[in-house]
Amino acid sequence: MPADSTQIHNIGYRHYDGQRLGRAYATRSLFSQSLRGAYGLGRSAKSKVLPMILFGVMCAPALIMVAVAVATKANDLPVDYTRYAIVLQAVISLYLAAQAPQTVSRDLRFKTVPLYFSRPIERVDYVRAKFAALSSALFILTAAPLIVLYTGALLAKLDFADQTKGFAQGLVSVALLSVLFAGIALLISAVTPRRGLGIAAVIAVLTISYGAVSTVQAIADEQGSGSAIGWLGLFSPITLIDGVQTAFLGATSAFPGEEGPSTGAGVVYVLVTLALIAGSYAGLLRRYRKAGL
Amino acid sequence: MTVIATESLSKRFPRVTALDRLSMDIGPGVTGLVGANGAGKSTLIKILLGLSPATEGRAAVLGLDVATSGGQIRERVGYMPEHDCLPPDVSATEFVVHMARMSGLPPTAARERTADTLRHVGLYEERYRPIGGYSTGMKQRVKLAQALVHDPQLVFLDEPTNGLDPVGRDEMLGLIRRVHTDFGISVLVTSHLLGELERTCDHVVVIDGGKLLRSSSTTDFTQSTTTVAVEVTDSDTHPDGTAALRAALAARGVATHDDGGGLPGAGHTVLLEAESEETYDLLRDVVADLGLGLVRMEQRRHHIAEVFRAHDEETARAEKAAATTAAAATSDAAVTTAAAASSEAAAASDAAVTPAATDADATPATTATPAITAERTGGGRDAR
Repeated sequence: MPADSTQIHNIGYRHYDGQRLGRAYATRSLFSQSLRGAYGLGRSAKSKVLPMILFGVMCAPALIMVAVAVATKANDLPVDYTRYAIVLQAVISLYLAAQAPQTVSRDLRFKTVPLYFSRPIERVDYVRAKFAALSSALFILTAAPLIVLYTGALLAKLDFADQTKGFAQGLVSVALLSVLFAGIALLISAVTPRRGLGIAAVIAVLTISYGAVSTVQAIADEQGSGSAIGWLGLFSPITLIDGVQTAFLGATSAFPGEEGPSTGAGVVYVLVTLALIAGSYAGLLRRYRKAGL
Repeated sequence: MTVIATESLSKRFPRVTALDRLSMDIGPGVTGLVGANGAGKSTLIKILLGLSPATEGRAAVLGLDVATSGGQIRERVGYMPEHDCLPPDVSATEFVVHMARMSGLPPTAARERTADTLRHVGLYEERYRPIGGYSTGMKQRVKLAQALVHDPQLVFLDEPTNGLDPVGRDEMLGLIRRVHTDFGISVLVTSHLLGELERTCDHVVVIDGGKLLRSSSTTDFTQSTTTVAVEVTDSDTHPDGTAALRAALAARGVATHDDGGGLPGAGHTVLLEAESEETYDLLRDVVADLGLGLVRMEQRRHHIAEVFRAHDEETARAEKAAATTAAAATSDAAVTTAAAASSEAAAASDAAVTPAATDADATPATTATPAITAERTGGGRDAR
């Protein structure tokens, strides 16, 4: 050891008398740290790989569509803004399954949570910061391709008013989708601190519910009970979003036979969506009541 | 100035009473909180951080009421948990910076304070590596650093020496001492080992079963006469050097304690009270006269455990005397129980001293645990 050549001079302990920014600042810091973490920023190179690949996969089809639309001088984009997230829902599920456990289970698994709660922030601040962070991460993932599509549409000189309206509707839809999916995925990950389990559980809940709902819907369609199709959509997150945007955001339903819910049923869809979001928030708060020190 | 004050603080869970009318005042400095596992130490810390409401009674930290000013308290207090709390995939620097910001430090200040604090706890180049690869000792330092990074006025350290080897333990205790002497931060450190706190603390609080057993300053505990431990070699003329020394000392009217007790090597240490400087001279002369080699001659301070034992025996004796007079006629069965309990306690205390001779490093660890047991029996007796 070159202890004689280099010497660290002990300058003694210095007290900190600068400002302490308190609870709101700490919550914001936790939000930005979690948001960055959801894309692997500020973490190891290995943890950047998956979110970045998924982000690329999410945007690639939009780029291709835009290229095609510009090259062929088409009158409209091949896919609606509101439809894009529905088509690429598998990518969204994968992203959530990878990042939701990362956002909350890590703190639970390594018992870092008590360190947060021994600081100025409270339980609600922690839950809000994490919820907001994952929702924002998901919004970035789902809104980025819409921006690509919109920019492309304007470059291809498609109808401005029409495209702007579609784009705005798409943004509202993916915002709702982000909050809903983030809530569900966070709650699942928070009750399964083991990472592998969390990933599996998130994928299972999102895809199995969708699989089951669309199968039953297809059967209902075969048997000609069209009205049942609309109500069945209430039972999986992605069909819920589909129903809401069909009823209110001018989207064409992805349900079999395009049997989307009417405006009246749409209200139920919105209520169920909001109830799910509120429920997952309350569930998270409850979960962290016990996870303190 | 009082750093922590509690007033008949109680915490009851449906099936256990974690704290039972605990009243104490803790001043600045290093305070040890001793108790067996489950004595209520962690519960007390939780209440003091304002995270868990007390069932009854009041508590104030740094003059702030824990029931109403939890947030303000947590801004000025640091906490190092007992368990592992570090994510393995980030570096110590990143982790501590994040924790500094969680305490409200602006980004630049957080980075500066992190660098400073990690250096003070003794982490240098390794702080840029992921925590997963750290030794237990290094992890404990990171945990300490995150508790100190926001320059608190008081830190709660929950079992900071857990899982450390004797050297790491000594280093950690030294570090804790420095937190007060060099950094000017008051410390409340918990341990279930009484012995290890006596070297570090100004004040020791002993709780058991949620009750306050004793609260006094460490100097009170350890001020009394020093014990000298002597170890000698054997020679051809004296095949058993220790016995020869004992005999020679006895001949000169110096009482020695037997530090034997069946453990290998234990019988080779002679303990005696050093009343004055002359005792050392006498010892030296006796050993020289016998022609033995002096392996070791060290001053051994009174351990807190011994003081507790003495205290315990005193109360036992007083109780016994009282009981004898009271029950002289009736010959209550309870007296027999009390007597049995006190002899049990004494036996446990005897056992506590035995290993002291074998290994100086192990001394605090081995002596303290049985002492607590003795103390518990004492507590039980008081209750009865």
